[in-house]
Amino acid sequence: MNFETIMFYVFAALIVFSALRVITAHNPVHAVLFLVLAFISSAGIWILLEAEFLAITLVLVYVGAVMVLFLFVVMMLDINLVRMREGIWRWLPFGAALAGLMAFEMIWVLGSSGTPAGKSAIKHAADYSNTKELGRLIYTEYVYPFEIAAVLLLVAMVAAIALTLRRRKDAKSQVVAEQVAVKKADRLRIVKMQAERKE
Amino acid sequence: MMELLQTLQQAGLELLGPAWLPIWTIVKIMVITVPIMLTVAYLTLAERKVIGYMQIRIGPNRVGPYGLLQPLADGAKLLFKEIIIPSGSNKFLFIAAPILGLAPALAAWAVMPFSEGMVLTNVNAGLLYILAMTSLSVYGIIIAGWASNSKYAFIGAVRSVAQIVSYEIAMGFALVCVLMASQSMNVGDIVRGQQGSLGMLNWYFIPLFPMFLVYLISGVAETNRAPFDMAEGESEIVAGFHVEYSGMAFAMFFLAEYANMILISFLTAIMFLGGWLSPVPFLPDSFIWLLAKASFFLFLFLWLRATFPRYRYDQLMRLGWKVFIPLTIIWVVVVAVWMQTPYWLW
Repeated sequence: MNFETIMFYVFAALIVFSALRVITAHNPVHAVLFLVLAFISSAGIWILLEAEFLAITLVLVYVGAVMVLFLFVVMMLDINLVRMREGIWRWLPFGAALAGLMAFEMIWVLGSSGTPAGKSAIKHAADYSNTKELGRLIYTEYVYPFEIAAVLLLVAMVAAIALTLRRRKDAKSQVVAEQVAVKKADRLRIVKMQAERKE
Repeated sequence: MMELLQTLQQAGLELLGPAWLPIWTIVKIMVITVPIMLTVAYLTLAERKVIGYMQIRIGPNRVGPYGLLQPLADGAKLLFKEIIIPSGSNKFLFIAAPILGLAPALAAWAVMPFSEGMVLTNVNAGLLYILAMTSLSVYGIIIAGWASNSKYAFIGAVRSVAQIVSYEIAMGFALVCVLMASQSMNVGDIVRGQQGSLGMLNWYFIPLFPMFLVYLISGVAETNRAPFDMAEGESEIVAGFHVEYSGMAFAMFFLAEYANMILISFLTAIMFLGGWLSPVPFLPDSFIWLLAKASFFLFLFLWLRATFPRYRYDQLMRLGWKVFIPLTIIWVVVVAVWMQTPYWLW
């Protein structure tokens, strides 16, 4: 067993453990932190596969931004754990069936003849840039799917903002342009006056 | 110098075999971390001295000659202070938070090139790695705020995290311009891309001048330094996210903040001011130039703190989202078009 294999098993065990803790942890904040651990461990596996761009982007986007906002929301929520645990036995078979289906699908896809199953990842020289390769593929061969995905995300973003935007009539706001445009003469008047008492 | 290192490497490999590599790596890590920690210690003294002189005071001058032993005295004091863990706090996360805050600030140094070939790891996606590591430092703050079980700490943490997440976007886009100009994400190649016969006229701060300013100001906001230190806001929320911390746990947050300042100063010097390159063609390139540039930015941090009053929170958010982010996005397009024309000289 070489070093990479050992690291793979360490990361894999960490992912399984933290993913289990995400759904079993009592405290929702702990659950989110275990999810962060699961993301970082998967980034570790991607690094082992020499997919450094994907690995670092996973940490940058999911751990550095998405999960922080998640943590934000979860910390603010007032979650009643007793009520959340109600009906767990009722929904457990349904959830288990769904999980089984997903596992089956993944085994099916990864084990089919179209994917290079069982082969080890292709090793490249040290100066091989994963990022450059990925960029070239995205902007040449897959440019239309990529653009469509980008537009979809934009639409989703606009829709989310439009749904939550409520124009309150009584809200006060500042017009910064007006504030900046103010001259000294508009606000300040210097008055020359005589001293009141003459001595 | 290089030959000496080569012979040392050879001797070590023969002596220890496979165990040599981890030991040698740890030695290299220590060579980077220990000076950073010393710089942090003396940066606190420099801050008090510089601000003192700017306010026509003397600053600390009791411990040692010119107060030069003051950081050691402060360190000893913090080390022997009791760490108070508030009742009702989450003990594990309360202790883990300062560690989570400091670790990414030090981990980002792994890809920092100090001079030609002097880098711990030469990663192709180095710039992305730095962005990822600096984005991780929020966890220390938000976990500290939550685990303290205190309203002031939590408000401070929420403010700080909202601020860091907002300014990270502008910072990221400013770096996108840099990597467009250099066509590489390798930090060493970014510096080499600024090499040329004209000295400082070849550096990226000329074509990317607005991005240079955006990066610098966002860097101040990223590190929660004055005038963007709403996260601490003594007059409103006591001391923000670390209000419940004492002793060494508090010192860790302090170390993290100053280590982040040093990191941002070095990064600005590398991305926009040509790293170790000499500003004039007739002087040789050397590590000393990088040190000088980074020291200037560190001084700028202190200068800003002594000069400007604290921003209001809504002004801070407006500056980040409505000024910096549109400006950076426009400049990405400008640079992209500019690079297609023959007028791109960098």
